[in-house]
Amino acid sequence: CEIKQLSDCLIRLLLDRRDGTRTSEALTPAAAARDEFQEELVIRPLHSGDIYASFQFRTLWDTDFLQEGQKVSHYRLFPKSLGQVLSKFSVRELHISFTQGFWRTMQWGQPFIPSPPGAELWVWFHDTVSDVDGNWKELTNVLSGIFCASLNFIDLTNTVQPSASFKPLGLGNATDHRFLRYATLPREIVCTENLTPWKKLLPCGSKAGLAVLLKSEKLFHSSFHSQAVHIRPVCQDEQCTSKAWELRQTLNVVFDLYTAGQGKKEWSLFKMFSRTLTEACPLATSSKVYVDITDNPELFELSPATPLLSQAVVLGDRRTYSVYDLSRAETFGQLRSLNLLLRWKGDGEMLRPLLHAERYVAGFGLQTGEIHTVIYNNHPYRAFPVLLMDSVPWYLQLYIHTLTVTSKSRDNKPSYIHYQPAKDRHRPHLLEMLIQLPPHSMTEVTVQFERALLKWTEYTPDPNHGFYVGSSVVSALVPSMVAMNTNFTQDQPLFSSFVPVKEESSYFVRVYTEPLLVNLPTPDFSMPYNVICLTCTVVAVGYGSFYNLLTRTFQVDEPSLPLAKRLANLIRRIRGVPLLT
Amino acid sequence: MGLLSDPNRRKALTGLLTRLNTPICIVCYLAGIVWFMGLAFEPFTLRTYMSENAMGSTMVEERFSSGERALSLAKEFDAHKRKAGGMPVEWLVKAMQSRGLEVFTQSFSRKLPFPDENKERYMVRGTNVYGILRAPRAPRTEALVITAPCSPGNTNNQAVALLLALAQYFRNQIYWAKDIIFLVNEHDLIGTQAWLEGYHHTNITEYISGSLRGRAGSIQAALSLELSSDVITSLDLVLEGLNGQLPNLDLANLFYAFCQKLGVLCTIQGKLQRNDWDTAEGYTHAAQTMMLMVLKQACGRSWGDHGLFLRYHIEAASVRGINSFRHYKTDATTIGRLLEGMVRKLNNLLERLHQSYFFYLLPSLSRFVSIGYYMPAFGLLAVILLLRALDLWVHLGAPALAAVDGVTEAEQPSSPGVLTVLTPVVISHLTGVALYLLPVHLQEMAVEHFPVSETEAVVLTAIAIYTAGLALPHNTQRLLSGEGTEQGWKVLKLTALLYLAVLLGCTALINFSLGFILAVTLVPITASITPALYAVVMVLLSPAFTILYCVFIYQELIEAPVSVSEGWMLFLSVISQGILDHALYGSLVYPLLALFIYPCWLMFWNILFWN
Repeated sequence: CEIKQLSDCLIRLLLDRRDGTRTSEALTPAAAARDEFQEELVIRPLHSGDIYASFQFRTLWDTDFLQEGQKVSHYRLFPKSLGQVLSKFSVRELHISFTQGFWRTMQWGQPFIPSPPGAELWVWFHDTVSDVDGNWKELTNVLSGIFCASLNFIDLTNTVQPSASFKPLGLGNATDHRFLRYATLPREIVCTENLTPWKKLLPCGSKAGLAVLLKSEKLFHSSFHSQAVHIRPVCQDEQCTSKAWELRQTLNVVFDLYTAGQGKKEWSLFKMFSRTLTEACPLATSSKVYVDITDNPELFELSPATPLLSQAVVLGDRRTYSVYDLSRAETFGQLRSLNLLLRWKGDGEMLRPLLHAERYVAGFGLQTGEIHTVIYNNHPYRAFPVLLMDSVPWYLQLYIHTLTVTSKSRDNKPSYIHYQPAKDRHRPHLLEMLIQLPPHSMTEVTVQFERALLKWTEYTPDPNHGFYVGSSVVSALVPSMVAMNTNFTQDQPLFSSFVPVKEESSYFVRVYTEPLLVNLPTPDFSMPYNVICLTCTVVAVGYGSFYNLLTRTFQVDEPSLPLAKRLANLIRRIRGVPLLT
Repeated sequence: MGLLSDPNRRKALTGLLTRLNTPICIVCYLAGIVWFMGLAFEPFTLRTYMSENAMGSTMVEERFSSGERALSLAKEFDAHKRKAGGMPVEWLVKAMQSRGLEVFTQSFSRKLPFPDENKERYMVRGTNVYGILRAPRAPRTEALVITAPCSPGNTNNQAVALLLALAQYFRNQIYWAKDIIFLVNEHDLIGTQAWLEGYHHTNITEYISGSLRGRAGSIQAALSLELSSDVITSLDLVLEGLNGQLPNLDLANLFYAFCQKLGVLCTIQGKLQRNDWDTAEGYTHAAQTMMLMVLKQACGRSWGDHGLFLRYHIEAASVRGINSFRHYKTDATTIGRLLEGMVRKLNNLLERLHQSYFFYLLPSLSRFVSIGYYMPAFGLLAVILLLRALDLWVHLGAPALAAVDGVTEAEQPSSPGVLTVLTPVVISHLTGVALYLLPVHLQEMAVEHFPVSETEAVVLTAIAIYTAGLALPHNTQRLLSGEGTEQGWKVLKLTALLYLAVLLGCTALINFSLGFILAVTLVPITASITPALYAVVMVLLSPAFTILYCVFIYQELIEAPVSVSEGWMLFLSVISQGILDHALYGSLVYPLLALFIYPCWLMFWNILFWN
């Protein structure tokens, strides 16, 4: 697979050479459609002492690739490589994330945009597409080249079509899940070779603006790293008369107090990224840094101070942010560089996330097992429903009749179950359930499985490592403590406006559990020669001859008489006297 | 096989085998014993080598330096342990939390089937404390475990302290690819068992334990640390686990490699390695080391906290610090570095340990005997049973052929066949079931009627049933068919021989040592048994006496010889421990002996009283 990736990267490099004309095109004034670019960094100090930095870059383009007869060839801010892919494969919505690490909900709270460990890709195709599977196959291969990732390993055996868990986030009310494809690669390792192509999609690259902070030696010296690309159609204005394309590139990283911060609860931009900010991206209409100071001033102090404050309702909580506008010269002060400094003063009480889920494999031995998914509702008095989605590879043969859902040691009957059984070597199991979580409770979903014996060519090169089962996805509308802002188009920070909110009293949360590593019965591949020789010998010598001995009936042969006696007997028979023996 | 399909040659072969049966059997037996003893001779063994590529070639630099801090932590831990009068749970939780681990506790309780007099416990209640070091940018799929038991009294304080010091050091490193679980368990094996069952959400031994909140995926390997002094002279590696399971040999190799690298004296079975294999002392030393391993493995109990991990396919070993009078001492920093090195190499693993051997015997840490070398020793013993069976089969067939000639009626010998054999088989096995069930269930009644404690009651009931089994009416065939015929006992012996061969064969596949020891004592007596044999010889080679001999040999080998009465007391405690191990951890030696080996031996006993 390394070689495959390498060749993908080469293709990507060649493509880039051709794409290099993009920047010169940007200078020509003949841009027909309006486009704009925003960049934003949110820094949230976490109660554990770690620090969470979330970058969002948004490119909006008032055009429509999918319109018949309109060939879009002029690209300014929007990356051409993605635009061409969207129009070629009639993609309505595309979400791809690469994550290295596991988001620790219990320590860090909810992330702005959640993602599972490894790679995740889900795509809504336009409903004019006739061969969705074919498009999906080609699309994953192309994306694999664009992002230098092993997305080409996505095939029918790990692709599912969730019926309820993944709804389009952008315009349009597509509900026919035949046009949806969802796949995860829990084993995908994310590193610099994925970061570089991701950075190249930005209008300023990593030359200016917030992107200068994205240095891989620091980003990968962290507890959690996640980068994503979300493309969807949105409204151009409040009336929503015409469609615009939105490209969001997000990058989330959590720096560890002990390994990156040397145990001191003191953070600065320089310590995190080994760079400071000196300018905004010249192509950006807005370029801002937000620092979550809701717990200020009791817990930490922030310097330099800023008079700009902003309030936003994020994930059911009203937060206050200090805003640093990079487009204003005074932000950078006399040193002409911005190096934010946060110093903790005390320990804070940890905020308990309202929804939390974890998963593990129970049992021992290589024959059967049980998958346990535990979902916690920490809300003190509100019950709410969650959608649980599980996609399990075919080589774990689920016994769906053993499925149990219990909350507070009582049976909890799901109000909706969508189960698609696996087909060996063709498609995975898909299980979706709508479960009502009682307030302040722990709900346990268990299902037993049997481990399949694979054909010997189906084992991976490292079969004793085990086989991965992707994260299960818990999606929920969690009751909010404060009224949410439903006005989607109003100008607000990017991090608070990703998922459209339909009602004021609750907000949407998606929680991913940890992936599972399951050992399958594995033959001893280290000595195939011995095994083959031994088996053949046993079969040929032992079994063959014993079978022969047991089934044959033995009779004693009459020894044949010598010729002289036979002749004598012949004569005696004629004479009628007794024969010789 | 053409040899067998030709009746004449077949006749010649069976003729040879029956004519020379006894000499062949004697030669096989002697050859088996000699082969086994030869295994310890160094030129016949292989040098150990690291098979796992991920652990062999990667370089690791040990930088752990807070050994002194660990020792002061040990004093602090000791003080808190005394104050709490047991495990200082709160202190441990705080200590782990302040080192940046995610800390969880698990409480458990278990009522033993009868009081354990060795460890003085009956109702066990305790708490396990464990902290998880989350590896950066890892998705919680793999974990390593380091455990240290929190023992009563002064023992193992240094182990817990070193664990905490390592946790602190490890937490500041970026290179972890697997989560690391630091477990401090109470009540040694019971705590470990409760934790493992909680972690894997199984319940095989009726523990009442709280569910675990924090997990870290599938555990790849575990190390258990036992350390009771500030400095040590040597480190002992303990490998024998439950039911004679052993961890992958690479784990032992890893330990040996780091001992060599850091210049730490290392032992196995408490015995240092010698270089003079060509002298008699050198050979005896190696043989003693190997014999100790065989005895420990045969008894099927877990010789350290690591032993219980093996059931869950987690490679585990215990490292035990020993402080003797030798003047060359190793300090805590070096032990810390050794563990650091081992854990880092395990962290480098891409797959579970699987490259090296799972079945082996170790005459020293640098030499091993693989399954291919030791199995023939057992095979030579087992083949005796088959040869005798063949001999009997031929003899049983021969008179039937002779009867066709006309002197006696051919029907007579075969008619009582099934019943005469079946009754002793059923009676023997019922006695076995009684031996398995009654000791534990009858203890209350026994305590009421006799002035003994529960433990004594259980052990003495077991011995009583064992002895009563000998006195049962074994000559049932007389009731069924009058006088016992020679044909009858031969059929019974044939059945019993084949039964024993299958039993020992299966046992040896799973636990070679147990199978071999049983074969050494059971094979000669069962092969040569006739109604004319003395009962005393039979009793002296019965399974119970085998255990007794093993106790004496073991004490001799660990250089702590005991008198006969002490040996008897040890024998009693071995029986009670065996029953407890079965109830608490699921060890299978007691049920194997009670339900299969003993009834099989009783079938032979039956033959003694045939006439």
